Amino acid sequence: MRNLLLAIFLLLGTGVAGAVLPDEVLSDPALETRAREISAGVRCLVCQNQSIDDSEATLARDLRILVRERLVAGDSDNQVVQFLVDRYGEFVLLEPRFYTRTWILWSAPLVMFAAGALILGWRSRRITASVPAGLTEDEQKALDDILHEG
Amino acid sequence: MIAEIGHFATLLALAFALMQGSLPIWGAYKGDTRLMESARAFAIGQFLFVSFAFACLVAVYVRSDFSVLNVWQNSHSAKPLIFKITGSWGNHEGSMLLWVVILAFFGALVALFGNNLPARLRANALGVQGWISIAFLFFILATSNPFARLSPVPFDGQDLNPILQDISLAIHPPLLYAGYVGFSMAFSFAIAALIEGKIDAAWARWVRPWTLIAWMFLTAGISMGSWWAYYELGWGGWWFWDPVENASFMPWLAGTALLHSALVMERRAALKVWTILLAILTFSLSLLGTFLVRSGVLTSVHAFAVDAERGVFILAIMAVFIGGALALFAWRAPLLRQGGLFAPVSREGALVLNNLFLATAAGTVLIGTLYPLVLEALTGEKISVGAPFFNKTFGPTMIPLLMLVPFGPMMAWKRGDLLGTSQRLMVVAALALVTAGAVYWSFNGGPVLAALGVGLAVWLIGGAIFEILWRVKFMRAPVAESWRRAGGLPRSSWGTMTAHAGIGVVLLGIVSATAWRTEVITTMNPGETLTVAGNDITFEGVSPRQGPNYSEDVGQFTVRRDGLVVARLEPAKRFYSVRRQPTTEAGIKSFIGGDLYVVLGDPTGDGSYVVRIYDNPLVTLIWIGTYIMVLGGAVSLSDRRFRIGVPRRRRVVANPAPAE
Repeated sequence: MRNLLLAIFLLLGTGVAGAVLPDEVLSDPALETRAREISAGVRCLVCQNQSIDDSEATLARDLRILVRERLVAGDSDNQVVQFLVDRYGEFVLLEPRFYTRTWILWSAPLVMFAAGALILGWRSRRITASVPAGLTEDEQKALDDILHEG
Repeated sequence: MIAEIGHFATLLALAFALMQGSLPIWGAYKGDTRLMESARAFAIGQFLFVSFAFACLVAVYVRSDFSVLNVWQNSHSAKPLIFKITGSWGNHEGSMLLWVVILAFFGALVALFGNNLPARLRANALGVQGWISIAFLFFILATSNPFARLSPVPFDGQDLNPILQDISLAIHPPLLYAGYVGFSMAFSFAIAALIEGKIDAAWARWVRPWTLIAWMFLTAGISMGSWWAYYELGWGGWWFWDPVENASFMPWLAGTALLHSALVMERRAALKVWTILLAILTFSLSLLGTFLVRSGVLTSVHAFAVDAERGVFILAIMAVFIGGALALFAWRAPLLRQGGLFAPVSREGALVLNNLFLATAAGTVLIGTLYPLVLEALTGEKISVGAPFFNKTFGPTMIPLLMLVPFGPMMAWKRGDLLGTSQRLMVVAALALVTAGAVYWSFNGGPVLAALGVGLAVWLIGGAIFEILWRVKFMRAPVAESWRRAGGLPRSSWGTMTAHAGIGVVLLGIVSATAWRTEVITTMNPGETLTVAGNDITFEGVSPRQGPNYSEDVGQFTVRRDGLVVARLEPAKRFYSVRRQPTTEAGIKSFIGGDLYVVLGDPTGDGSYVVRIYDNPLVTLIWIGTYIMVLGGAVSLSDRRFRIGVPRRRRVVANPAPAE
């Protein structure tokens, strides 16, 4: 499958150059802005890690037009996204949604940070307990020795 | 004939690597000085042979010897000479050979200039370097021989992928590899320390400059790749969170953490175990980066090798080195004595916090990059993890870190004074807030986040400069004394200031190019004029032009400001005839306020053309800022040499280039 995708990808060229074409742009600027925002999060399925907003592949253009058609038809942003997912699966979303398969992914940064912070907190309590406010006995003695020498 | 000599030299290099990986370590174990010393000769020999092999590869490329498979696949007689040369590493086999050349180069540097290293540490570290060389030379010879012949000999080559025929992408891999491979030094020293079961400040003093060098190369390499993407891919983006970009960004994050933790270890003999672990992890991420890019597991624009056998081989190398290193770590790390106690609020504490944030960031990028691969392997379900995910998770990790940066260098070692530091930094905080307010106001309530972003950039730059002013007692002492103090400041302080200010400059570029970008997508007839962000852009027309191995349609655009011509831009659509592949060449003019970026699209049929025009305010600061960071590294590095030389000044005079 991956090789097939690659073959298609190579056939279509490398997908260089920004994508949205003038004839796609909606006349209503508010709708167009929403279309751009949605497009930036939708994967061009025949490209590697490009959004349909960035790709000039034919399929990306079809999807861009599709997104705009749905918006003009009065769909909400979520409805458009759901429409795409129903057709192409979760793979089409560059930002995975939060569900059973992705909760590990989404919670990972926070979990890592919290775990690190907990370990540090635990260690620093141990360290703080062992750092006396003043000099240790040995240090005081060493200091006294030096002072007495002078 | 040259190809066979190159092949043979690679084999000889492997022989040297085998010796380097075994005898010195045996010598260190037995306490045999002569065996330990042999590491240096083997390291230098290995370097000579592997670079000779690489020179042979370049030679067959320059001669366009299409009887060599690799040359036929990636070159063409009509290709400009410079790209014939750079094409030798613009492919899988050649780039792996370059990888080993750089690895051997670092090994040779230790061998030549590592006089002040303890003999046993040097022998073990070079031995570990030898192991890495063995693995990769064996990989090259077994699965990726760049010298394989082809029969019958084709008349001409298949040319290099056109998007790689670009000077900054030609320099990009060597820089990146110097970064990746440079971290192998930290790794080898870490393993050597674990083998010996002992580690001290001298270890950190040795590892830090190597890490710093690797970090500088990696920073420059990533920056160059981003710049290339900006002007070559043709829509003015500069970072895409592409898995291949992430592959180089993870070692950078870990390496940045290592740089800071090694500092603690050098000055205060604390964080030993963590620093060792970080050294192992940083190089592991470099190996992972090599694996992701080289195995074709990602199949992205960059991955020009798709071959399962190679993938499995590199995976095995990775498993052995990472698994082995971590096992050794688990076994031996308890032997390392912890030292240097410190209170949570202190310079050490600040650096630990820096490590916590950077490690989280590296971990986030790692999980985001690997998650879709792992999920697909385990469940068969395909999901995408793209830019929006990373922006939402990486951003919030970085912002608090950046807010804390100015505090770090102002804190005292061992026990800091948070309240006092905060009070001192009040001036900078006020400056940052006023700037943010002014930005907000002058853009008529423009994006709040962007205004705060500018404020954060000012906080970083101002904080860095303020630290120096504070150290030299600016305004608190006579000017003459401040001047004298400035002269007496260690170079590393200047380096820290420069690098930290560099982050602020990068941030300023990112924020303004993201928030205040103008984009116009339209069709233009020849002779038509359009005004974008104060530039009157006239489309003069399109004319065909012939390059050495491509043909192109060049659009002529004249840019005027107040009637005066300020730039002529020639964006083009190229077609590389051998590969039958089109590329887009953007027309870019950098003004002080930002870049004007023009892309020529397809003709519409009625004589007009699709044209995209972008105004990217201050975007150049992104790359200028990264080079300021690199400069900071260089300044800091120059300090290291001086400081280490102090107790041995006579030696340094006799030997003016110790490997610091």
